[in-house]
Amino acid sequence: MPLLGFIFRRVLQTIPTIAFILVVTFILVRLLPGDPASAMLGDRAIDADVQRINAKLGLDQPIPVQFLYFTKAVFTGDLGNSIGLKLPVIELIAHRLPVTLMLTGMAALIALLVAVPLSFVAALNRGGAPDAIIRGTFQIGLSMPVFYVGLVLLTVFAAKLRWFPVGGYGQNFLDDLYHLFLPATTLALSLSAVLMRNLRAAIIGVVGADYVDFARAKGLRARVIMTRHVLRNALISTVTLFGLSIGTLLGGAVITETVFAIPGAGRLMIEAIYGRDYPVIQGLTIALALLVSFTFLLTDIVQAWLDPRVAR
Amino acid sequence: MTAPSPDRKTAGGGLKVRGLTTTFATPRGPAAVVDGINLDVAPGEIVGLVGESGSGKSITLRSIVRLVREPGKVSGQVEWQGRDLMAMSEADLRKVRGAEIAMIFQEPMTALNPVLPVRLQIEENLSAHSTLDRRARRQRALELMNIVGIPAAERRLDEYPHQFSGGMRQRVMIAIALASSPKLLLADEPTTALDVTIQDQILKLILDLRDRFGMSVVFVTHDLGVVAATCDRMAVMYAGRIVETGTVTRVFAEPHHPYTRGLLGSVPRIGAERSMLLSIEGTPPGLTDLPDGCAFHPRCSFATDRCRAERPPLESFAAGREVACFHHRTVAAMAEAA
Repeated sequence: MPLLGFIFRRVLQTIPTIAFILVVTFILVRLLPGDPASAMLGDRAIDADVQRINAKLGLDQPIPVQFLYFTKAVFTGDLGNSIGLKLPVIELIAHRLPVTLMLTGMAALIALLVAVPLSFVAALNRGGAPDAIIRGTFQIGLSMPVFYVGLVLLTVFAAKLRWFPVGGYGQNFLDDLYHLFLPATTLALSLSAVLMRNLRAAIIGVVGADYVDFARAKGLRARVIMTRHVLRNALISTVTLFGLSIGTLLGGAVITETVFAIPGAGRLMIEAIYGRDYPVIQGLTIALALLVSFTFLLTDIVQAWLDPRVAR
Repeated sequence: MTAPSPDRKTAGGGLKVRGLTTTFATPRGPAAVVDGINLDVAPGEIVGLVGESGSGKSITLRSIVRLVREPGKVSGQVEWQGRDLMAMSEADLRKVRGAEIAMIFQEPMTALNPVLPVRLQIEENLSAHSTLDRRARRQRALELMNIVGIPAAERRLDEYPHQFSGGMRQRVMIAIALASSPKLLLADEPTTALDVTIQDQILKLILDLRDRFGMSVVFVTHDLGVVAATCDRMAVMYAGRIVETGTVTRVFAEPHHPYTRGLLGSVPRIGAERSMLLSIEGTPPGLTDLPDGCAFHPRCSFATDRCRAERPPLESFAAGREVACFHHRTVAAMAEAA
């Protein structure tokens, strides 16, 4: 199977990526103004205490040694303690990140469910009224900022119509889905607009291909031709775009979680930045960066699976 | 496989095309790419459809099974085993396409789906037209790969089109076309994109399949050498119309249309005295601004005022021979004299 070989090679390639993420995070934290000891002790810190804490944290060691300690700590899941909340960072992340993942995942799913069928309708009616309406609507969606769309949806569906809660998070899985629906839709709107533009163009390109005519000459059903021959080929470029958009989506979650008061990793990040909570910022940065590189890995694998020419 | 319906043998076996016309709306008005074509193909017969690029050969072929894309409009009559394909519902036509009438395309590179293994591309024809189960489909796919002469078929079934050479890809396409044992094969320049040696193998394969399975073939090509090597009868097309028909032997020996004569004059022949190859002056006309009268008259050395004013109809002048030229007797006499 060439695909297995491809996956193996692609996984190996993520090792330097991860190393790079660690180096950058390590350097960034050390470039931040102020030092952890002063932050912990406050204004009236005496030199002896500062030195004692620096020694305890290993900050009196040479930088390369510090980096080794740092790497070891990251791999053992020890990301330090939050300065503000006095809790292990790893616990905070474990608590908050799933919320963000669920929000992002739900948004991605909604975006796909909206974009795929509408792209087909638009592409197959190219230049007609459905095409114009669909493209026009999404053009507007694309040009509105996430926080604004969020506020509009909140005002209409939560405050006025009371179909959905104004914010917060649920008690169980179904309740979570219910609470996350509006924020996920907010995130999904711009993503589905981007996906639709791409997929519509891809479908138009593929529908004209010789192999689609050949599939028709075989006497296949229209549904088989559309899914097996058209959609599968059209998705190849869209999958890459989709994967890259997940990174943007995680960034968008920071804003959405704030607007909808969702206790996710995005909100945690905002709180940590306001509170100068360096260990939390550092831990979240690493977690999100790893998540994004994992998404890219997955994207490449899906792409290779869709298009065997990639895995060669 | 479903048993053939009883009327299939009794009702006139082959293909009978009458007045097939395909028009495209263009900014400069409608253009008839195919203009009133009549064509008969008997069971087991190979008919060559010959002409320059843009003469409407490929569109004719696609029009027969209504595979012309929007904004193309197809009209006329295509009688296949007693049924009119033009009047059929899309669902009924689907049962004919790929099952009774199969098609192969010019470019094996673009006609195979790049992201699906060839096994699936063969088997999906069987899924559409037979009740074979998974195992039987796989078995049949393997058998087809062997019929068309693909070495190591078992292993190659799960490979993708990009892993095959051009000739092998064309064999795959033929295997797909043969999957449901069609009665008629529409071949659209199947050898044009291939090396001469591979071309020869593919032609032999098609002839062999005709002999083994009694298949009829409509062979579209611009290569008269291919016609001479494979076809029983031929129809010469110019600007969307048929200008001459007859058996390959008769047309080659005695072309009656100046265009056919020109085409034949541009082919070097082994054994013939070495002479300058003739070429036809000028280029084929654009289909939106066809000249009045005979479409060929601006390039024709036999043209008279009548040719410029009146369009010559395709008329029979001998058994099994038709031509659309007012001066065909003169043309034939010239050919003999030369």
